[in-house]
Amino acid sequence: MSVFFAKRFLTLLATLVGASVVIFTVMEILPGDPALVILGVDASEDAIQALTKELGLDKSAVERYFGWIFGLLQGELGNSYAYKVPVWELVEGALKITVPLAIMSMILSVTLALVIGLYAAANHNKTSDITLMGFSQLGISVPNFWLAVLLIIFFAVNLRWLPPGGFPGWEAGFWACFKALLLPAIALATVQGAILARITRSSVLEVYREDYVRTARAKGLSRRATLWLHVLRNAMIPVLTVMGLQFANLLAGTVVIENVFHLPGLGSTVLKAINNRDTIVVENVVLMLAGMVVVTNFVVDLLYAVIDPRLKAHDL
Amino acid sequence: MSNTASNSFISRCAKSRSFVIGGTITGFLLVCAIVSLFWTPGTVYDIVIKDRFLTPSADHLLGTDQFGRDVLSMLMTGTQNSITVGIVAVSIGLFAGVGLGLLAAARKGWTEELIMRLSDFSFAFPAILSAIMITAILGPGGVNSIIAIGIYNIPVFARLTRGSANAIWAREYVMAARASGKNKLSITLEHVLPNILSIIIVQATIQFALAILAEAALSYLGLGTQPPHPSWGRMLNEAQTLMFLHPMQAVYPGAAIALAVFGLNLLGDGLRDILDPRLSRKR
Repeated sequence: MSVFFAKRFLTLLATLVGASVVIFTVMEILPGDPALVILGVDASEDAIQALTKELGLDKSAVERYFGWIFGLLQGELGNSYAYKVPVWELVEGALKITVPLAIMSMILSVTLALVIGLYAAANHNKTSDITLMGFSQLGISVPNFWLAVLLIIFFAVNLRWLPPGGFPGWEAGFWACFKALLLPAIALATVQGAILARITRSSVLEVYREDYVRTARAKGLSRRATLWLHVLRNAMIPVLTVMGLQFANLLAGTVVIENVFHLPGLGSTVLKAINNRDTIVVENVVLMLAGMVVVTNFVVDLLYAVIDPRLKAHDL
Repeated sequence: MSNTASNSFISRCAKSRSFVIGGTITGFLLVCAIVSLFWTPGTVYDIVIKDRFLTPSADHLLGTDQFGRDVLSMLMTGTQNSITVGIVAVSIGLFAGVGLGLLAAARKGWTEELIMRLSDFSFAFPAILSAIMITAILGPGGVNSIIAIGIYNIPVFARLTRGSANAIWAREYVMAARASGKNKLSITLEHVLPNILSIIIVQATIQFALAILAEAALSYLGLGTQPPHPSWGRMLNEAQTLMFLHPMQAVYPGAAIALAVFGLNLLGDGLRDILDPRLSRKR
């Protein structure tokens, strides 16, 4: 068991190191000189050279890479080229929007998926099952940014129940922020929920066919008790795998959705930083996103062992 | 193929509701794309300001946009764009990914380890983010966004191919072929590839749908297809600023994307039922 964790943890570290190298290399290849972008095309050669030196961009790539990594290890992200403020300040504000948004949509999508998936499985091949699966097929096909636009048109423009975009800031109170994040969360959660509902349904149906479920029913356990005691736990493995992958998609999906709702989250920060050639911000945020993906997958692997103790003995 | 075999194949196709509906939608979009190459009901590239924001009429079935262009014609021409993106991006993924997957399964050892670790690694970067980074390097544009989406398809196919190919390599008939002295390349081409083709085709349909979605997202962000070429994502982007006054402008292009993706997903489901009855019975 501990060998498995150690191996898994080493892979995690290796992936992060690899990711940092790739991100740094990509930023090196990225055409456009940060100093030139900041000063504009009319800037004199001297001014550009001075700023390049000030930003530390005259050092070799290797030096800058290790400077970045050692800084990171000490919790130092450096200063944004474009805004001259610590990167952490930019990121902190963005995280306070993106993380609650991702969590909200995850909760929404999992609730939606479990309710629909279990209900459809319980009514296998009946009209309700077929209708629900038809709707989930539609849900998968809808681009989330289009759904976002439709939600804005309906709930913000026509009904005026919710704001069409923007973020009031957490100082404005929980309720105002909740309202600002609700439509984006629904837009993100619908598609993910539709996928997850299908996985839940087929996974539950598969487990229902197992011998141990038949045994449980034969010894007189009620349908409901069988579902909670035997089926759900066993059906959760594939659902959990997809949930882990979806969390990554959710974080990345915020790039587009934040753009629709004009939310100054992590996604808009990256997009703006790429356009500004604020490479240090891009490097840190993308590494952070990749890190969250890798850590999520790691946690999912650990959860497998908790949910299904049989997996402990084998190398996963 | 014998006559009875082909008959049962056709009857299986006709019986699969997903295949019939999905195939019809996909076929309809293909027809739209081909027809729009020669004829569209209105103008797509000409700006006619006096005709802007016309409501639907016999001349303009879906009305006109802020430049007086016919919305229906733009949707039809946009089909070309989405289909091209799907075909090219999936082909990039298919050729490179299936090749690498087959190689990994055939060579085993460090080749397999390297290819699989690289593909695991690429999954650490969320798809849309990688696409944004790649288009940032290559510059925004239709072709570059296709390349970005295609690159992201490579590990998807590599994983799938390697997994399914490994299962085939363990079969008796492959061992028999090896025992009779066939080399790995001819075994791969004669036994492994034909047996995993159905799984790959099904995945290709799903990736096709995902490619259309990804291109729409990139174009929506302004990184994909550039004006004046009509693209559904781009139309949605332009419509968003007009959302308050002319909401229908935002409804049409999104509905077109959803229809295309819906059709392809159904087609994929249907093909899975038809090509691999074992899989569908399990569901």
